[in-house]
Amino acid sequence: MTRADVCAGILWVGATFYALFGGADFGAGFWDLVAGGAERGERPRALIQRSLTPVWEANHVWLIFILVVLWTAFPPAFSAVMTTLYVPIALAAVGIVLRGSGFAFRKSLVGLAGRRAAGATFAISSLLTPFFMGAVVGAVASGNVPAEGNGAPFSSWLEPLPLLTGAMFVASGAYLSAVFLIGDARRSGDQELAGYFARRALAAAALAGVAAAFGLIELHAEARYIFDRLIDQGLPLVILSALCGAGVLAILLSAAGRWGMRAPGLLRPLSAGAVIAVIWGWGIAQFPYLLPTSLKITQAAAPPDTLASVIIVFIAAAILVLPALGLLYWLSQRELLNE
Amino acid sequence: MPSLDALPLAASASNLLAAREQMAFTLAFHIVLSCLGVALPAMILIANYVGLKRGDEAAMELARRWSKAMAVTFAVGAVTGTVLSFEFGLLWPHFMDRFGSAFGIAFAIEGLFFFTEAIFLAIYIYGWKRLSGWAHWWSGVPMVVTGIGGAFSVVAANAWMNQPQGFTLDAAGKVVDTNPGQILFNPATGYEVPHMILAAYMVVGFLVASIYAAGMLKGRRDRLHRLGLLIPLTIACIATPVQLFVGDTAAREVADNQPAKFAGMECVQKTGTHQTEYVGGVCTSDGVKGAIPIPDLDSFLVGFHADTKVVGLQNIPVDERPPANTMLHLAFDGMVGIGSALLLLGAWLAFAWWRRRDIPATPWFLRIVAISGAGAILALWMGWIVTEVGRQPWIVQGYMRTSEAVTDAKGIWFSFGLVLVLYAAIGTIAILVLRGMSRRWREGRAEPEGTPYAPPAEVGA
Repeated sequence: MTRADVCAGILWVGATFYALFGGADFGAGFWDLVAGGAERGERPRALIQRSLTPVWEANHVWLIFILVVLWTAFPPAFSAVMTTLYVPIALAAVGIVLRGSGFAFRKSLVGLAGRRAAGATFAISSLLTPFFMGAVVGAVASGNVPAEGNGAPFSSWLEPLPLLTGAMFVASGAYLSAVFLIGDARRSGDQELAGYFARRALAAAALAGVAAAFGLIELHAEARYIFDRLIDQGLPLVILSALCGAGVLAILLSAAGRWGMRAPGLLRPLSAGAVIAVIWGWGIAQFPYLLPTSLKITQAAAPPDTLASVIIVFIAAAILVLPALGLLYWLSQRELLNE
Repeated sequence: MPSLDALPLAASASNLLAAREQMAFTLAFHIVLSCLGVALPAMILIANYVGLKRGDEAAMELARRWSKAMAVTFAVGAVTGTVLSFEFGLLWPHFMDRFGSAFGIAFAIEGLFFFTEAIFLAIYIYGWKRLSGWAHWWSGVPMVVTGIGGAFSVVAANAWMNQPQGFTLDAAGKVVDTNPGQILFNPATGYEVPHMILAAYMVVGFLVASIYAAGMLKGRRDRLHRLGLLIPLTIACIATPVQLFVGDTAAREVADNQPAKFAGMECVQKTGTHQTEYVGGVCTSDGVKGAIPIPDLDSFLVGFHADTKVVGLQNIPVDERPPANTMLHLAFDGMVGIGSALLLLGAWLAFAWWRRRDIPATPWFLRIVAISGAGAILALWMGWIVTEVGRQPWIVQGYMRTSEAVTDAKGIWFSFGLVLVLYAAIGTIAILVLRGMSRRWREGRAEPEGTPYAPPAEVGA
């Protein structure tokens, strides 16, 4: 394994964490969006706000981590993606700004109108941002980003596969978030709300599954390289993801309505496992390309000492940041952090 | 959809100007928030320490309030900082393509610091109620360390753009080898990094103090306002003389290593000794008009001797001269002028404290403190104008022109317009939100509860 491969692996680790935690935060915004009017949506929104407040900024940093590793370890890939997919990327950036500030402002505003406006900004951008990010990933997977950059600014991503990937990002974020919120609701003793999010987790899982199925069909049509490797080298992970997904569905269906009796301890790991397996399956399917099929990992790699720096920084992050992140989650899960 | 791809969203010939304006605007917006991220934690922890150690409820209340304000500014800072990360690729893709492997290393380290800061900031901000006093205080200490570490990394990256080193280019101009140590610790790191960290402490110190000075001018003279003025003002007044020393050193280094930038900011036209220092004025190709001239001083400041030779713009190739010399010159003079005025303000406070153990009695002191925050921010912006505009036409001094770095993408004027509107709205709402918080605190009203939008009957209570 070369240094470049290790750095690509680091990129994927970052993407995994961002998909899990950043994705769940986007999903929480989605549930906030569809929670209904001020009265009906009050309890789910309050839970979402409590769960998100202490952790969303830390979760957001994974995105910066991905960007920094990409431009430092693989500068030509970063530049090619940015000069081709600048439209969805700029829209995602706008969404990030609106979402973060909307969320921060909502907490600090007093009037209902202001809170509603800030909350709507937060919630709508929580839907749009992952959609555009998914479109970017789908466009890369489709092979629509040429290694030299400056690809088609619109037709590169306004295609079925990128758009389906965008939908899949939204649905899987909503699914992860609903699963996480079940646990948060149970811990705060609100069984009814746990059931509320269990039903939504089921719906989101079904949607994500449908999007994934159509995605596979489109993958076959538009991204043959990835499809072929996905059902070959990537097959174990595809199966693992399906099994995890099935396990989650089984738990949700069997436990629906009686959250007081069962402790669904496997729910979170299984739902995370389903997403992790897809991300690494995609990585394996794409290997050895960063931009299939025009730019290989080795071709895009920075000089060896730069790669070594990225690896050292990552090791330092694993030693310093991950335990701190664990502490943050631990405190937050024990409800020791609140406003 | 080929028809969409061909959309003429804007003439790409003017991309460079649009991209530079957008970058400048988003940086100027973000830098104020990053100062708060770097320096506000230290002030909060000092107030918190005083509160814990002496059982001082006013100090504790200040720490709590500042930490709540920081929750808002850090959130906006985190997202506007993310925009800058995107902009490196969206606006300057050819720069990142060629030099990302060198320039990026500092950012990888910055990521580490920022991550740790975001985590402990969350623990500190939301740990007030349930963590015990000193455990909570210690959970805030990493914010101070990582804030400084993050500032070091980002400014080291900028320093590298001014004095690039630590890489080998092949015949095609591609970076084939890097030396991370030399990149991080390039010659400009030594003065740019302390200059910016001190600037952050000055900006935040004067800014926070100015809020409480304004309150005291309105007759609010309680212990809370006194401490709210004195803690940040003391820190800022200690940082200011050090800053003037560092800045003076920085200017000399610039004169040595980036003579074009120095000639631009001092309006030096002809190379020679006994250069006149011009304060203010308009730069023209035959000298500075309307300025206050001080004979020999420019040479003296560069080499401690009037015989020191200073390079003039006329000895620099036309296509390597920085643009907008008058703006550069006035920005430099403005920064130095404000810094010197703040130094005098600190001396005034120190004198009054030495004589009477109190702030100066005249309302003029409070009036000046009340505008010192705006002044410090202005000086910060002017300093970055000198650094960035003064480096033009280069993005990487001597290696890559900004015009070579800019994107070929369409629509940059459009995106700049969008960013202007978006940031204006966010900036306005952020200020309104902070003012609303301060009004609520003053009137002793309860904080809004956790419920995002409860039915009107409950909200109105």
